Amino acid sequence: MNKLKVAIALGSTCSGCDVAILDLNEKILNLVEVADIVYWPTAMDFKIKDLEAFKSGDIDVGIYHGTVRTSTHEHTAHLLRERSKAVLSFGACAYFGGIPGLCNLSTKNEVFRTVYQDTASTVNPDFVTPQTEVKVGKFDLTLPELKDEGKALRDVIDVDYYLPGCPPTVMLREKLIPILKLVQGGELPPKGTVIASDKTLCDECEMKKENKSISKIVRTHEMIPTPGICLLEQGLICMGPATRGGCGTPCIKALVPCRGCMGPTAEVKDQGAKMISAIASILGVSEEKDLSAEDVAKLIDGIKDPVGTFYRFTLPVALINKKVGVK
Amino acid sequence: MEGFEPVIVGFCCNWCSYAGADLAGISRIQYPPNLRMIRVMCSGAVDPALIMEALRRGADGVFIGGCHPGDCHYMAGNYKTLRKITLLKGLLPQLGIEPQRVRLEWVSAAEGQRFAQVVTDFIGEIKKLGPNPWKGKNNEQAESGHRSGIDMLRV
Repeated sequence: MNKLKVAIALGSTCSGCDVAILDLNEKILNLVEVADIVYWPTAMDFKIKDLEAFKSGDIDVGIYHGTVRTSTHEHTAHLLRERSKAVLSFGACAYFGGIPGLCNLSTKNEVFRTVYQDTASTVNPDFVTPQTEVKVGKFDLTLPELKDEGKALRDVIDVDYYLPGCPPTVMLREKLIPILKLVQGGELPPKGTVIASDKTLCDECEMKKENKSISKIVRTHEMIPTPGICLLEQGLICMGPATRGGCGTPCIKALVPCRGCMGPTAEVKDQGAKMISAIASILGVSEEKDLSAEDVAKLIDGIKDPVGTFYRFTLPVALINKKVGVK
Repeated sequence: MEGFEPVIVGFCCNWCSYAGADLAGISRIQYPPNLRMIRVMCSGAVDPALIMEALRRGADGVFIGGCHPGDCHYMAGNYKTLRKITLLKGLLPQLGIEPQRVRLEWVSAAEGQRFAQVVTDFIGEIKKLGPNPWKGKNNEQAESGHRSGIDMLRV
């Protein structure tokens, strides 16, 4: 059987996803059995022209990780789509925009103003900012253009498969190999398949859940959680109720509340909105009749940075996914 | 702003505030016509995603009407509404939307006058705020986002 040609391209990423692929440990040999990696700029000296050199449909599986934030990321994504038979969106950033997607909380102008003018160590009276093209002597130098917003890969190109997680856990990554074997045999999974569970994280979480009421929100540095008891019940904001399962709950097993990197389940459009509903249903339930609007506001004030908590990984695909214009 | 007529989406619970609106109508109490009302069984059933969807699609304000605390037809739905709306309003400023665009009011079935009063107040406040920044943007989401996972055991 012919080996699959796999290309790994990237956008705005911390490259943790590249490390995650390497981190298959000895199973990377099984990966190499089924696939030749023909493009992977993080691991080897590939340039975009190497991707351009392929003919249309030459690559069997194109893997993309990272948010789409600049013109180069867009170009890479379109090129990968055109050259590949199937595209896999790898990791939370490509799937939902991820942590770099929180850039949508500031407009591009605000970012430029902060970085090139307002920081204490910057002296820039003429407000000189990077340009996409500049002529130095006889050379034309170019830089990628920073786009107004960070986007999920599926909002830029047509995506066939998704593998969520930040980064995808070992349990999920190892599934890549049998799936690639299926692809090699010509047996493609249905388009839009997410390599994860269909249920929420709470469904597979082994912590004991019995008391559906919390009296206040606690932050992670303020307590050492009791092992074996639901972290949400202990007052920590655990995104489990609004998050897709399948990761194997490594964070919760280490008593760290879920941050939601698997994104929402298939039936949910907006992860943050779902989490608001979940928190509202348990926060202060036992004494709710005695709480005034001010008391409720005080309780909720325990959540610092609500957007960063509820939309840590999914802001670019949320209903209200960016800050639009300032009056 | 001159000539600005806001579009306001209202979610009113069947048992109290919708009945209150009915009473306002029957009593021929006048109030501005900017409110588009949607009857829901309980204010607690209003998913924050519905409010966000309304704002995304350019509604200038969203009004949620429920029973007074203690009067909920379903015992405690309105307490959950209060927490939901407070949470939601807490994150709107970070997203560049004024939290005043979302208003929660308790109106009983006997308070037709109060219904007209709070709606008139709210419309006045939105008129002062001006149009929703999302108005007129390309607001359709590219995809519904409904995707199913594979059965974990099969592979």
